[in-house]
Amino acid sequence: MDMQFHEEDLAFQADVRRFIQTNLPGDLADKVRRGLHLEKEDFIFWQRKLNDQDWFAPHWPVELGGVAWTATQHYLFQNEQAEGNCPPVIPFGVRMVAPVIFTYGNDEQKQRFLPDILDSTAWWCQGYSEPGAGSDLASLQTRAVREGDYYIVDGAKTWTTLAQFADWIFCLVRTSNEGKPQEGISFLLIDMKSPGIEVTPIITIDGSHEVNSVFFTDVRVPVENLIGQENAGWTYAKFLLLFERSNSLTGGLKQQLRRLRGIAEQERVGGEPLCADPAFAARLAEYEVQLRSYEFLERRTLGTSSPGAEASYLKIIGTDLQQLASELTLQAVAYYGNPYIRDALVHGYNAASVGPDYAAPAAPQYFNYRKTAIYAGSNEIQRNILSKAVLGM
Amino acid sequence: MDFSLSEEQQLLKDSVQRFVREEYPLEARRKLVATDLGYSDDNWAKMAALGWLALPLPEEYGGIGGGPVETMVLMEEFGRGLVVEPYMSSIIIGGGFLMAGGSTKHKSELLPKLGAGELKLAFGYAERQSRFDLNDVECKAEKSGDGYALNGHKGVVFHAATADKIIVSARTSGGSRDADGITLFLVDNNCSGLSRRDYPTVDGLRASELELNGVMVGADAVLGKVGGGAALMEEVVGQAIAAICAEAVGCMDVLQETTNEYLKTRVQFGVPLSKFQVLQHRMVDMFMECEQARSMCYMVNLKIGDEDPVEREKSVSAAKVQIGNSGRYVGQQSVQLHGGMGMTDELHVGHYFKRLTMIDTMFGNKDHHLKRYADL
Repeated sequence: MDMQFHEEDLAFQADVRRFIQTNLPGDLADKVRRGLHLEKEDFIFWQRKLNDQDWFAPHWPVELGGVAWTATQHYLFQNEQAEGNCPPVIPFGVRMVAPVIFTYGNDEQKQRFLPDILDSTAWWCQGYSEPGAGSDLASLQTRAVREGDYYIVDGAKTWTTLAQFADWIFCLVRTSNEGKPQEGISFLLIDMKSPGIEVTPIITIDGSHEVNSVFFTDVRVPVENLIGQENAGWTYAKFLLLFERSNSLTGGLKQQLRRLRGIAEQERVGGEPLCADPAFAARLAEYEVQLRSYEFLERRTLGTSSPGAEASYLKIIGTDLQQLASELTLQAVAYYGNPYIRDALVHGYNAASVGPDYAAPAAPQYFNYRKTAIYAGSNEIQRNILSKAVLGM
Repeated sequence: MDFSLSEEQQLLKDSVQRFVREEYPLEARRKLVATDLGYSDDNWAKMAALGWLALPLPEEYGGIGGGPVETMVLMEEFGRGLVVEPYMSSIIIGGGFLMAGGSTKHKSELLPKLGAGELKLAFGYAERQSRFDLNDVECKAEKSGDGYALNGHKGVVFHAATADKIIVSARTSGGSRDADGITLFLVDNNCSGLSRRDYPTVDGLRASELELNGVMVGADAVLGKVGGGAALMEEVVGQAIAAICAEAVGCMDVLQETTNEYLKTRVQFGVPLSKFQVLQHRMVDMFMECEQARSMCYMVNLKIGDEDPVEREKSVSAAKVQIGNSGRYVGQQSVQLHGGMGMTDELHVGHYFKRLTMIDTMFGNKDHHLKRYADL
């Protein structure tokens, strides 16, 4: 047993760190560090920087633009990104639909879609959840009816993250009502510019516009946009969900902790720093202990060949910690969690902040992070998976 | 022992319920929150006409003479409606200070106007360094002629923009965290030397940052004894905590009831969500949190007049801790059990969750009140 990183891993880590220092502009890093709103251009800028270095799609097959990294290198890379306050990679194209395309798509589809994903020309979004199909995803009702060389798509998708920026959507659609619900689902790639698609914003409780409803009315989709076999979409969807859940969260959690600690050093209670207050110090210490436990839990899974049950428990524990950090941050800023000035969350806000400048994102982030235990398979669903798959119950 | 409401209290409850039903559908509240004022003058006038603004004020000054239980009944229903009018700032806190510390002149001039809806008050106490310690006061009041000159800052003063007068804590003597030497002043909102920065809050209310640069007030602006503000603040903030506990109970009950209803109607995997044992147990836990919160709310409102200050203040802190814990659990779980819908601004859930979250901080969070309880 050995918990040290090998020398070549540490050298790799140093390379990544150097790359970030050289290529990430200070004001963009500052936006990320402070938890401010990121624009579409911010994401694309950083994705293209990574791609210039061939690091944007490291998990892809080498012949398509990937890098043959070890699991440890992937892990270190993701954590350095968070450590260095890089904008997060938007996963829907490169991490989610791309593996489906290169695993189950035909050659023509690979040639057509993968290059645009690689150079961030095409922004993808995910059409899974529906108003009536949340945790019970297989009950989805958006229909695709074959008419000649087209599928005619009707229905509605919801919670579609950043669909307002998207050029393409990958959708689970119902192509058959025969057999079990899972057996009549197909995986379809749809151009967001198709006539009959309407995107409407859903404003969340933190006041932000991240998610949308996407409505489909008689949308004509060429049959060549079907991935794999008709009615076999559930298999591809499950394959994709494993990728959705297999991101390392340690780096992001450490970033939250750094922000929290910085606040606790500046806030005062009884004339002393909040971090020296016994009750708050104990909370902070407990959080750190839990984070350390999570970090080593994540590291233990690095050796496993394919993400399975581990992805479920890492999602539960990791999102619990994301929520806890945001809760402690809100507690730390005390009364200054109250002011709500939307513009203060945007970089370049010129007016003086109300209270300390680190306080403005605290409440919105706490509210926003309630989503983490709901999305990508709610934590209740993850527990169902674990009880069945791991515990055999 | 009897925890039932009297006939009069029940009538009050019915009347506030009717008001909330008619004036406070979520869409109406959303519109109010988006206005410049942030609430409705019409609603305020209605509250005056119904006698609610005068409810806790003494009869000799035009009040109804209601006690903590009457206030509790009203605030619980306000909580159910997420009412945004400045009742807490103006009537409970502002009225509380006038009753506890005002001179006969203050009372006879101001209390009747307050109860009639012709005067609004706010309370500025928090400062950047003070956190939840009411006695951590750096704002200074120095003798100047017959009166005082006030200099300093007050943060997150709820409903300051629409108040006619703001009650400000300032130090007339002593070190920055001494209990002795704090004095409370009634400051006119439009007086020279006072500047305000107004803003909305995350839970749909309004608050302001105040800068006091040589604000001149007369000796008659002092509430209570010079240097004796700490005890006065403890008394009035205790009453405010008892009232906000009731508001929180109203919020929690709405979430508990509507989440229960949602689980019974939302079908996934071919059955209502309420058929899943893990969700049944979660719902039961939410229900138990509501019951515990209600018990502590009754407790503090029945003890808030207790003559033993230690028993009274322990009740205040104990109730605030319970409300904080219960509100956090019920709020978070209501969002979780509503899934994505719970995350939307469109649904009521998030608005109650946000209010409960901010109530947890108001007048001191769990850590503050646990420490205070232990120290009492």
